[in-house]
Amino acid sequence: MIKQERHVLVIFPHPDDEAFGVSGTISTYREMGIPVTYACLTLGEMGRNFGNPPFANRETLPQIRKKELLKAAEAMGLDDLRMMGLRDKTVEFEDDEKMVKLVADLIDETQPSLVISFYPNLSVHPDHDATARAVVRAIRRMPESERPTLYTIAFAHNTKEVLGDPDIIHHVEGAAKKKLATMNAHASQTVWMMQDMEKRLAEQDPEALKWLHYERFYTYRWDQDFE
Amino acid sequence: MELVQPAHLQELIDSFANKDVYIHLETTNGSYASHFKEGFFNAGAFIRNVVVKYELGKVAGESPHRIGLKLPYGWVYAQGITHYTLDEHGRLLMAGLDPDGKLAVSLEISETPFTY
Repeated sequence: MIKQERHVLVIFPHPDDEAFGVSGTISTYREMGIPVTYACLTLGEMGRNFGNPPFANRETLPQIRKKELLKAAEAMGLDDLRMMGLRDKTVEFEDDEKMVKLVADLIDETQPSLVISFYPNLSVHPDHDATARAVVRAIRRMPESERPTLYTIAFAHNTKEVLGDPDIIHHVEGAAKKKLATMNAHASQTVWMMQDMEKRLAEQDPEALKWLHYERFYTYRWDQDFE
Repeated sequence: MELVQPAHLQELIDSFANKDVYIHLETTNGSYASHFKEGFFNAGAFIRNVVVKYELGKVAGESPHRIGLKLPYGWVYAQGITHYTLDEHGRLLMAGLDPDGKLAVSLEISETPFTY
């Protein structure tokens, strides 16, 4: 059961962060007619997959990933994509207040009933954790009654010890095609993974089907704030 | 990018000597290295758009190559360089790609600043 929302604001640092675990949810919201804004903080400029023989170099990668992001947005039926102009791997070194303001401005403008991002300090990549901290801080400063709900993704090895099991499970089987199209849109990052994944899906591998059909989130709990 | 041809790369490196040039230098294991391999000591470094003027630059060793730039008061070097290109903006881009095509090291030299 996916809850009705007024407006959903998705905030991630890298093109493709949305693909793996949220694209089924975003596609479903769009099918339900719910406005979704996706703010992507960087263009993944520091990605490492260049291929052998290489299809890209350090200076061409951002434009390739920008095109992939646009294609992914199209695959999800998403028409409000914001590219925020930060540089990959530098998010945690930006001024903390600037980061909070960036998020607060997005919230002020879009007035979301739901925000989706990472969970602070359980999201492995420093940019993920820095994004999550800014999102939590921006929402925490709002009066309690005005705060949007915050769904978070966490995948550090100790996630289960800290947070237990996700409390929100979205059944997104109906958006499976769009989810696969979103993954494939980010070909420079996912082509190797998807070769394996499509083989597993063809074999009806239960873990692969679970990945395709379900998306899981932790509702951020203000009574268990990370700081 | 193409596999390094040392003599050609040497010519290109020579062409940037004794000029103010912008440098991009990066080493990386990827941000997920210690997630995928527990206990992995993840280290790397990154500089971008630092201006230097080198008096001598050399391509050394068999592939993967080492590139060293001698400055009036210091050094820049990168090891593990496998690929290079002179792009359409006249920038010399060098990279070390592992067998899977993942970048491990990058050294780039340009007379104009790299984008952000």
